[in-house]
Amino acid sequence: MTQAIRIGSGLGFYGDNWDPVVASIERGQVQYIASDHLAELTLAILQKDRQRDPSLGYARDVVPMLMRLWPLMQARGVRFVCNAGGLNPMGAARAVRSALAGQGWHPRIAVISGDDVLPLLQAPDARFDHLMNGTDVTSVRERLVFGNAYLGAQPIVAALGLGADIVITGRVADAALFLGPLVHGLGWKLGDATTPEDFDRLAQGLTVGHLLECSGQGSGGNFGSQGHWQDIPDLAHIGYPIAEVLADGTAFITKAPGTGGLVNFDTVRQQLLYEVHNPHAYFSPDVVLDMGQIELRDEGMHRVRVTGARGRAPTHELKVVAGFRDGFKAEVSWGFSWPDAWDKVQAAEAMIRTQLQERQMPFDELFVEYPGLNSAHGPLAPLPPVTELNERAEIWVRMVLRTPSKAVADGFGRLFPWMALSGPAFTCGFQGLNSSSELLGIWPTLIPRHRVSARIEMLEAST
Amino acid sequence: MNSAPLLKIPLARIAHARSGDKADWVDFGLFAWNEAGYRIMEREVTAAKVQAHFAPWLSGQVDAWALPNILALKFVLHGALQGGGARNLRLDNLGKAMGAALLRLEIEITAMELAAARKTAELTGQ
Repeated sequence: MTQAIRIGSGLGFYGDNWDPVVASIERGQVQYIASDHLAELTLAILQKDRQRDPSLGYARDVVPMLMRLWPLMQARGVRFVCNAGGLNPMGAARAVRSALAGQGWHPRIAVISGDDVLPLLQAPDARFDHLMNGTDVTSVRERLVFGNAYLGAQPIVAALGLGADIVITGRVADAALFLGPLVHGLGWKLGDATTPEDFDRLAQGLTVGHLLECSGQGSGGNFGSQGHWQDIPDLAHIGYPIAEVLADGTAFITKAPGTGGLVNFDTVRQQLLYEVHNPHAYFSPDVVLDMGQIELRDEGMHRVRVTGARGRAPTHELKVVAGFRDGFKAEVSWGFSWPDAWDKVQAAEAMIRTQLQERQMPFDELFVEYPGLNSAHGPLAPLPPVTELNERAEIWVRMVLRTPSKAVADGFGRLFPWMALSGPAFTCGFQGLNSSSELLGIWPTLIPRHRVSARIEMLEAST
Repeated sequence: MNSAPLLKIPLARIAHARSGDKADWVDFGLFAWNEAGYRIMEREVTAAKVQAHFAPWLSGQVDAWALPNILALKFVLHGALQGGGARNLRLDNLGKAMGAALLRLEIEITAMELAAARKTAELTGQ
């Protein structure tokens, strides 16, 4: 059994930068890279891709990413786990295989699926109450477009056991992308975990995964502070976090030498609590983590020791996130210059409201915000007095219409152009003539574990 | 001691923060630079105060947990994202900038407390 594993962070979202992963592979002595391409919202984006082209529905950046990284990984025996499969893991795997084969590279690729539970959610008698507000799924059932359970680390462990060089999954718990390689490499008990020690080790592994799943956020990126984010060196060349994990679960967070960013008590604990709710019950399919006794200790530069995670057996349910059609939106933005910029914005908004009414364009909401004034903090950023606003050099407005009607959304931007010649003076930068898009609502719920079965397929080599 | 004049300062002077989202919830991690700051945070930044601070924004409840092991408080705001990021019409549809709004929360502390709670050591060394 191996005494220690080094695993590096891949992407933290669909669209993230993979250059820092090069440093982790070349200089970070990692055996694994795990890459999280799926934020909660990403499946909604991938669903729109799949609607246009059924062969899509996966995070397409995995292809150029592996074109860059695979030769580096292959030379060093580094293995790669990712959830870029999204709604179509087999499609992603085929696209990767085909691209790499073009260069004469033939890694063993495993595909993990089985997370798609949409048919179960759509069954007429199904009970899948909204996890947060308890609403019955029948209110959205007809409008569901995807529904995926968060799988755990077990199928990833199995795929690595089958010798996969690259594992491509659909929806799995983000941290499971990291826990899988740790369980495989360190020989931890997972499905057969029984003792408190077994679950504490898994809890340590889950903590490591959570610290690494958001790429640079675990090594000094997005450090929320006044006056201290400037202390983080060389963010332009940030090194993504790397974890060194011992067989007993003790972990060290670090990064590749010669990279920017900062790994210390402060940057690591900001990530520890990120998107965690009850920190004493952080649910995953593999273990329930209690962070209440976690100790983070600086051990020299860019090295933080992580101990004290406590684990207990997971529940009998898996989390599901489904998406449903939720109407349409269209948005415009427009700049108004001094003089009287604020009054002119208000006049324009009033004219648009009048037009919506006169043309009988039904809508649920016309949301208005003022970029530069209150977009980031909304009602917590009180507007200055009108006299002051009217003296400003410019005021920008963003108007967003939410409507059940696609035709109304499509027509919203067309309400504006006449004002360029027939409305208030001194405007610029109008955008949004054709900006309508479909909105997807997110439906989080739970599903009994026994109703979901992960499937592992080794992709045959391309010919 | 109790008669020392109180300063009104934004939380940003003694703490750092990150916000994130899950469906219609926004969550905050709030971190003191040291033990002294943590004791002030525990006293000054209650769930009720956070709820009052964000009252113009949301009607939902606020959950809070204390994590003295990492000198941190955890808050979760329910119903903060117009139903969730995928349908939220705001530019900040995921609430990523809301952590900064938390750091603008005003607290009352003495000058001595402020001096003790501010970050002194460089981030890069201990």
